[in-house]
Amino acid sequence: MTDARPARPMVGFFVTCIVDAMRPNIGFASLKVLEAAGCDVEVPAAQTCCGQPAFNSGDDAATKALAKQVIAAFEPYDYIVVPSGSCASMIRSHYGELFVGDAEWEARQRAVSDKTWEILSFLTDVMGYLPEGVRYDGVATYHDSCSGLRDLGVHDQPRKMLAAVEGLSLTPLEGHNECCGFGGTFCVKYSDLSNAIVTDKSEKVEATGADMLLGGDMGCLMNMAGKLNRRGAEVKVYHTIEVLAGMADVPAICKPEKMR
Amino acid sequence: MRQQSHLFKETAKQALADPTLKIALNRTTGLLQRRRAQVIDEFPEYAEARAAAEKIKTHTLEHMAHYLAQFEANAIAAGAQVHWARTPKEASEIVIRICREAGATSATRVKSMLGEEIGLPDALSEAGIERVETDLAEHIIQLAGDPPSHIVMPAMHKTHEQVAELFREKHAEPSEDDDVTSLVESARRELRQKFLGADVGISGANFLIAENGSIVTVTNEGNAELTVTPPKTHIVTAGIEKLVPSLAHATVFLRLLSRAAIGAEITQYTTFYNGPKRKDDADGPEQMHIVLVDNHRTEMLGSFLRPMLRCIRCGACMNHCPVYASVGGHAYGAVYPGPMGSVLTPAMRDLKSTKHLPNACTLNGRCKEVCPVNIPLTDMLRSLRARQHDAGLTPPVTKWALRGWGWLARRPKLYHRVTGLAVFVMRVWSMNKGRIRRFPMAGNWTRHRDLPQPELGTFMQQYKRRQGK
Ligand code: SF4
Repeated sequence: MTDARPARPMVGFFVTCIVDAMRPNIGFASLKVLEAAGCDVEVPAAQTCCGQPAFNSGDDAATKALAKQVIAAFEPYDYIVVPSGSCASMIRSHYGELFVGDAEWEARQRAVSDKTWEILSFLTDVMGYLPEGVRYDGVATYHDSCSGLRDLGVHDQPRKMLAAVEGLSLTPLEGHNECCGFGGTFCVKYSDLSNAIVTDKSEKVEATGADMLLGGDMGCLMNMAGKLNRRGAEVKVYHTIEVLAGMADVPAICKPEKMR
Repeated sequence: MRQQSHLFKETAKQALADPTLKIALNRTTGLLQRRRAQVIDEFPEYAEARAAAEKIKTHTLEHMAHYLAQFEANAIAAGAQVHWARTPKEASEIVIRICREAGATSATRVKSMLGEEIGLPDALSEAGIERVETDLAEHIIQLAGDPPSHIVMPAMHKTHEQVAELFREKHAEPSEDDDVTSLVESARRELRQKFLGADVGISGANFLIAENGSIVTVTNEGNAELTVTPPKTHIVTAGIEKLVPSLAHATVFLRLLSRAAIGAEITQYTTFYNGPKRKDDADGPEQMHIVLVDNHRTEMLGSFLRPMLRCIRCGACMNHCPVYASVGGHAYGAVYPGPMGSVLTPAMRDLKSTKHLPNACTLNGRCKEVCPVNIPLTDMLRSLRARQHDAGLTPPVTKWALRGWGWLARRPKLYHRVTGLAVFVMRVWSMNKGRIRRFPMAGNWTRHRDLPQPELGTFMQQYKRRQGK
């Protein structure tokens, strides 16, 4: 894929519904890093949600309608880049299940799915990007969100880029590849179970003694930050791209201004 | 066991409130995960073996009728009697009939999930036949009156401290000490005589080998051999999906099974049984009966659930499942717990009474990742949700919430206005504290965790502003 890429690719940025509403800073950090990596970026106005909540609730008809909207909005671009492993995987790995037998849409879907990337993997695997002159003093630990890790193979890429951030060191997280208990609508449908899982996760994060928890999926980050904060933990939670963009100077997720 | 999957929410809640259960589950799942990771690391051909296993099972399932007929003919040629059962009830009736014909008053049993599936423990007690469980963990849960909570380690829900307590209460000569070795000794004293005095020995089968009609058992305690060799009659109950074409094929699975199940390269005992005792054999049963059970397996064969029939019952999926590790096996209210159970139970029962099972899952995919035969468990759980949706089983609140969301999400302009407004309300509500402790409509979230305070405007609003439009 890297060989065939245009010198200055035109990227369609899909912000995802959670980042759009809960953490725009992740979106702006993404735009900044994508441009620094040599992309022209546009944000199509006709974007909302990738359809994952409907898909995981078994409503394939509703999912299909949303998938068509995403495909139509993003087919003009060289790449579609998404700051979330699970939404990227929805488009890349699961849209195919929706259009079986519908030749026209199957072709359009495949074209879009094949050029859709999770942002950390895109920056490393497609753009060969490493941050320069970015500094963050502290010790971070890393949680690998499930869809990014298992559907898209995102594991080494963030670690490689974070290693180029001056002043930052990474300390391993026990169970870094274990689910945090978010699971989309699972966390509200089975909230006690989800709480048990995120409590275990929080204990492991706290045990690292790190100042900062990083990851690549706002759903999971919001779940862990929400729990850690409720437990009174000091650890600051950021999306990896905020650190890579040098934009982790805003309050961490769930933290007030003074915690900066 | 009693089917109570429809009560999952309540049973899960009770399980979450039990701190001893949590200790037991953490100890064992943690150990099994570490051991498995290590032996897989030390097995360079793992990926090839896994791919080969998947291929062999897929092929066998495609030619199920052929291999079943071949197995039956060869088992009969070896001197065994083969019985076919469509339902659990038929299967247990066949077993009881054979026991009666053998004049049995007691039967020893080797742990087998198929036996649980067909309700054998209850059927034996109703028939007045004493049941002696010869597997240590099964012995424990028999004494405790519990159903199994795991398909490989049926007593996973108990700590060894609890087991020591139980043995002191129930054993004739309990050990003084609480360490595992003393507990094993205590069980051995209790069980040895019963092993030798039984009229019938009942086992399951890990594999059925078509080319010669053999059945295979895999154990660590050697209790299978001691269960089925002394009595005059050996009864095997097995699901039809246990079939593999040849001995050579079976070895592929043997290399995967114990690694996936307990993180060991091989178990202590792997035994191939080919028919009953022959004329010049020193020992062995005079009769061997093999009961082959369908129980919805042929239906699964013809449906999207076919890959589930590749399952070799290793338990790796549950050992790596965060939901299982939180609530244990009993909460699922079914014979088979964990990810594989959440696929199998709806297939063996109905969508409605089991509707929690496919939903009580984060779809994190670790089960599929560790499955030695690469069963797409998460995809099947998702597909079961789609079947539930099509059958109108989605709860009304979820259905309407999704419908509203879907309607709005298909109207981007309106969507951006509505989300902008919602974010504004949340921001005001947060009173600039950085987080929200309680929020109406998000009660199930904020009961356990904070919500972040949103920024001034959604990304789309801020972006538009910055673009100067
Ligand atoms: S589904 Fe896979 S991992 Fe789970 S018990 Fe079956 S073979 Fe083992």
